[in-house]
Amino acid sequence: MSKVRGGYVRPVDFKHGHVDMSHGGGGRAMAQLIEELFVREFDNAWLRAGNDGASVTVPPGRMVIATDSHVVSPLFFPGGDIGCLSVHGTLNDVAMAGARPLYLAASFVLEEGFPLADLRRIVASMAQAARDAAVPIVTGDTKVVERGKGDGVFITTTGVGVVPDGIDIASDRARPGDAILVSGTLGDHGVAIMSLRENLSFESTITSDTAALHGLVAAMLAAVPRIHCLRDPTRGGLATTLNELATQSGCGMVIRERDLPVKAEVAAACEFLGLDPLYVANEGKLVAIAPMEESEALLAAMRAHPLARDAALIGTVVEDPHHFVQMQTTFGGRRNVDWLTGEQLPRIC
Amino acid sequence: MCLALPARVIALPTPDAAVIDIDGVRKTVSLELVEGVAPGDYVIVHVGYALARLDADEAQRTLALFASADASALAGPEQPS
Amino acid sequence: MKYIDEFRDGALASRLSSAIEREADGKRAYNLMEFCGGHTHAISRYGIADLLPGNVRMIHGPGCPVCVLPIGRIDSAIDLAARPGLILATYADTMRVPASKGLSLLKAKARGADIRMVYSSADAIRIARENPGREVVFFAIGFETTTPPTAVAIRQAQALGLSNFSVFCNHVLTPAAITNILESPEVRELGTVPLDGFIGPAHVSTVIGSQPYEFFAEEYCKPVVIAGFEPLDVMQSILMLVRQLNEGRAEVENEFTRAVSREGNAKAKALIAEVFELRSSFEWRGLGEVPYSALRIREALRDFDAEVRYGIAYRQVPDNKACECGAILRGVKKPTDCKVFGTVCTPDNPIGSCMVSSEGACAAHYTYGRFKDIPVVAAAS
Repeated sequence: MSKVRGGYVRPVDFKHGHVDMSHGGGGRAMAQLIEELFVREFDNAWLRAGNDGASVTVPPGRMVIATDSHVVSPLFFPGGDIGCLSVHGTLNDVAMAGARPLYLAASFVLEEGFPLADLRRIVASMAQAARDAAVPIVTGDTKVVERGKGDGVFITTTGVGVVPDGIDIASDRARPGDAILVSGTLGDHGVAIMSLRENLSFESTITSDTAALHGLVAAMLAAVPRIHCLRDPTRGGLATTLNELATQSGCGMVIRERDLPVKAEVAAACEFLGLDPLYVANEGKLVAIAPMEESEALLAAMRAHPLARDAALIGTVVEDPHHFVQMQTTFGGRRNVDWLTGEQLPRIC
Repeated sequence: MCLALPARVIALPTPDAAVIDIDGVRKTVSLELVEGVAPGDYVIVHVGYALARLDADEAQRTLALFASADASALAGPEQPS
Repeated sequence: MKYIDEFRDGALASRLSSAIEREADGKRAYNLMEFCGGHTHAISRYGIADLLPGNVRMIHGPGCPVCVLPIGRIDSAIDLAARPGLILATYADTMRVPASKGLSLLKAKARGADIRMVYSSADAIRIARENPGREVVFFAIGFETTTPPTAVAIRQAQALGLSNFSVFCNHVLTPAAITNILESPEVRELGTVPLDGFIGPAHVSTVIGSQPYEFFAEEYCKPVVIAGFEPLDVMQSILMLVRQLNEGRAEVENEFTRAVSREGNAKAKALIAEVFELRSSFEWRGLGEVPYSALRIREALRDFDAEVRYGIAYRQVPDNKACECGAILRGVKKPTDCKVFGTVCTPDNPIGSCMVSSEGACAAHYTYGRFKDIPVVAAAS
């Protein structure tokens, strides 16, 4: 990536311009876009140095690397956009391993014709999210595909972090008797997205819960270092996450419907569409599994944090060779909370 | 059968349409299949249409019936057809 | 949610549970069929079976319009969607139903067919208006609850002169299906599958009223209780059926009085009669040909009939030989009686109609009730 040299260069037209194939061609146009948009917005020494990769120092200890591609549609939704979502998502993946995130990388696949005004909005949002999280985006890449071969923009982010000593969090560490906690209300993000889907539109004040959770995780680990599992219930919702953890840990789970935090509006929207909040995506929540005797302390630490005021103890890990996740319904009966079948689609029957 | 929900009518933007609300979620639905619906009424909504007006008195009566289930062990059924 | 949450109250559920337990005669069994797929879903989702005594057994009937849609009809829908430039508008429920050649509407969409999921028939009309140069077909499915919305759409298309809009009609009728079940040999013969009473569908009944069920009560001497959609409604209706059977009555009772009257919705019924007429026969997946059980668009409105416009010829496609759906839909067998249940046939890979939609007996049991099949039950804390 080289600095644009020479005399006057007309600035990139972010108001009315569109992405075109030259922006991915490796030539002057691409360099100019990178400098006037990415370097300017992300604004740090690594990007200003103009190297292809970033040279960083990392503290000693176990490292965590996580990567995520973001293909959300629509790109802009109540409470966020693909930009901040891509930053939060990878920060969260790093945090779910108990690690402190240190650096991010971001690569973009842009579709020819995508409005530069939207691109700038997205990049600015990413920059803000990275600043708020105090984790810089130190390197990146840009490619352009022909019109029709992309969905406006795809973003892939990669993050690295370091795991503090004494922390051992993994998906197979849940044990019978452990407590299961969630950090807040379920289904907000998925419903916020659905409300914008063509032909399903309804009005509501529901906004996406997209947020970076590493600060919350740090506070939780400070209170309870012995946390066994952490995971953020994104696609497929809480149900999918619990089933994954149950299978990987070789145990079962029993949760209580009455203890699940769900906003009234989200519950209503799910009723409308025939969706189950348990399967709806979250982007700013986490599931924690910890020894039962630590659950009170953990819950207190979570509720003290602004991102987890609605944290709740929702169930217990149990012995079960079939790895079922079961739920005590508010009604008094029991039911399986099974793996998601395909993609959750609204229904009329 | 089919997924249908009781929802409160909050406005009638045209004679044939109603804005309904359930706990803050709002949608515009058709009133082509019902008559005499006014704001404040509850209607049963299915695939974007109101199918019936919900009778609030009967709803209360039904809830009372549930509550009396224990007590009516010796009494005969009183539910009208 | 008003009129919803109160009808899901756990404390009232235990009262009703105790009442049913107390009033059910220990010396006999009560085999009750809930016809409507929505009730099947509610029973599974709320674990209602846990709250019933062992001698009250719920049998899941064929009231799921997606489940009973024959493979051949989905094939026709896929063929329509494959026509260049045609837009197929459908409820999302049909998207995953497996059709012939390993296809489904979802897969056809992935291959480039313009298939759009809609919440309402009104959305299909809007799509037709917004795309005047393209043919738009609305894939209409459902029982009597969903039929009036289709009728409204056809009327609107007529009023607007929408020449690019048509409907592929697969609407089916509840009373015909109940008759078919009651006429099946296993049910008629005493001692094989006793079917003691019915829980009638909630929302279908808001349209057709309670009157059509009187025939079943009289002719077959089976009590019918029309139940609201919520789990407390279902339990109250079970209690009412238990009482009728104890007293030797076979009447139609209405538990869903807050939305159902004897006559139903006259306006909706009139509109259905204006737009549709009876087909002499229609294939139901799992039940075979059922006479006078389905609707087609009237001759006068044939401009809006996709079957006429596109010359759709129905091809019967048999179900997999291992599939026990036919028996399960009649209540003769349970999902766990089927050899392929849970192994080859799962919600991710449904072989037959009962697994295809989340309301089908097999899908509901698989998703919500499988833990009951396992002898070693996880210890709940």
